[in-house]
Amino acid sequence: MLDTSEGYVTEDGRKIGGVVMEMKNITLRFGGVVAIKDISFDVREGEIRAIIGPNGAGKSSMLNVISGFYNPQEGEVWYKGQRRPHMKPYQVARQGIARTFQNIALFEGMTVLDNVMTGRIRQMQAGLLSQAIWKGKAEREEVENREAVEKIIDFLEIQSIRKTPVGRLPYGLKKRVELARALAAEPSILLLDEPMAGMNVEEKEDMSRFVLDVNDEFGTTIVLIEHDMGVVMDLSDRVVVMDYGKKIGDGTPDEVRKNQDVIDAYLGVAHD
Amino acid sequence: MPEQLIWGMEVFLNGLMAGVLYALVALGFVLIFKASGIFNYAQGVMALFAALTLVGIMEGQVPFSHLINAVLGTDIHHFGWHAPALLAILLTMVVMVALAWVVNKLIFRHLVNQEPIILFMATIGLAYFLEGFGDIMWGADIKKLDVGLPQGINSVIDELTYNIFDYGFFIDNLDLVATFVAALLVIALVIFAQYTKQGRAMRAVADDHQAALSVGISLNFIWVMVWSLAGFVALVAGIMWGTKSGVQFSLSLIALKALPVLMLGGFTSIPGAIVGGLVIGVGEKLFEFIIGAPYLGGATEIWFAYVLALLFLVFRPQGLFGEKIIERV
Repeated sequence: MLDTSEGYVTEDGRKIGGVVMEMKNITLRFGGVVAIKDISFDVREGEIRAIIGPNGAGKSSMLNVISGFYNPQEGEVWYKGQRRPHMKPYQVARQGIARTFQNIALFEGMTVLDNVMTGRIRQMQAGLLSQAIWKGKAEREEVENREAVEKIIDFLEIQSIRKTPVGRLPYGLKKRVELARALAAEPSILLLDEPMAGMNVEEKEDMSRFVLDVNDEFGTTIVLIEHDMGVVMDLSDRVVVMDYGKKIGDGTPDEVRKNQDVIDAYLGVAHD
Repeated sequence: MPEQLIWGMEVFLNGLMAGVLYALVALGFVLIFKASGIFNYAQGVMALFAALTLVGIMEGQVPFSHLINAVLGTDIHHFGWHAPALLAILLTMVVMVALAWVVNKLIFRHLVNQEPIILFMATIGLAYFLEGFGDIMWGADIKKLDVGLPQGINSVIDELTYNIFDYGFFIDNLDLVATFVAALLVIALVIFAQYTKQGRAMRAVADDHQAALSVGISLNFIWVMVWSLAGFVALVAGIMWGTKSGVQFSLSLIALKALPVLMLGGFTSIPGAIVGGLVIGVGEKLFEFIIGAPYLGGATEIWFAYVLALLFLVFRPQGLFGEKIIERV
């Protein structure tokens, strides 16, 4: 078992830091249905942490707990060494936790550029009145943020569609724009809910490359949910495996691959 | 130049001016519809309420005086002061922001994710409540509103046209002011929506609630802001209409005139509200002048706008500027 208490160095030489987020004994119920049952795990600074599991395992619910869309009945979320109180999703976002959605939630009527600009809300401080009064300050802020956004647009290679309304884009590009919007917030943790779902092989390769590049270039901590086992094993540093709302495995891809419970969950068990 | 053509030009200009006033009301509808998908039936009543409050503050009227007098047996009506127009307008705006906050807190927060028709019904309820509330608060009598806007015939245009055509056009100063104010308002709103952080957030909320939350936008803040903006537009419309025809409860019916404007302009377009208003204003005046009065016995202004809207519904349901309706299958 990899000792992760003080951070570690990955095989490809990236330094992984201390714990940035810790989920402690999270339980989430919807009426009588238990979506998440007493799950604990941690996320370290700079790592790519995957959550995998069969359909209905509670992966997306877990991501929704992290991003504040769901509030667990039991358990604690610790972020940057502090217990996080009950928070609304927009408050979580302002703390620097950005996310994408499984079914893509973009502003369809707005251009790619405008979509990505909304990601900068955390960085834009000027209030309603001050924008009206100190035009210069608000303008400067707009320009600065615009520059940051253009960099991200370049980085994700979507310059050519900057002015296109998102509604007109094909699925693969929409996913990329959504990633761009999340990145624009310069998040300390980036949550990706099935970033490659529904993509063809080529798009998957592109997306994998972007995920790795983001992590490499900006040192962004990434928590991702993915179905494609190949992708997960290639991308992630550590993996949490869920099944029926419970955690059945946690460790490096190699460890998880050898875990008997995980093999059973994915391949089924013979009942005799 | 033939007399008919000159008169026609005057009618055209007056139509434009009337259109501006329609557009002002339609603008309030568009704002709320764009940001929250709510068709706010109460927009007209909000204009009435704003005008009532403005007059009340200016005249130093005691709010709820009838109620207070009836319950306590007192006889108070006025504070005895007259507030300057600008101060009264500012105070009225404060009241409209408070109203936006209360409406959001008590009604629309609890109706998040409901069907549009339910939200629409809620605004009908709001409209009737606000009308009654305005009545209890400020009384039901017709009031004169004078915030110092110029009124009456514009002598410059009168003279100018007299020199050219031998016939002076009658253009009301108030209409000119209204046009100017509306133009300013639209420019400000477009700049706000397109180039400011809150404007962008407003469009984002209109587009997708979940996505808006995920980038750190507070839905409540945006909704209160949008209702306040709509309150502000209502105040402007209330001032213009109130100055023109007195503050009376039929003012709330101008909301109905905004409907055909919206059909034409599209529910989601700010420039559309303006163009729609102008087309309706000019259309109904010219139609009355050319066809209505000579051949149809007049009074076509009452229905012309609705028939035009009906035609638009048949041939271009998204309006002139509305977002194109694309259905992917």
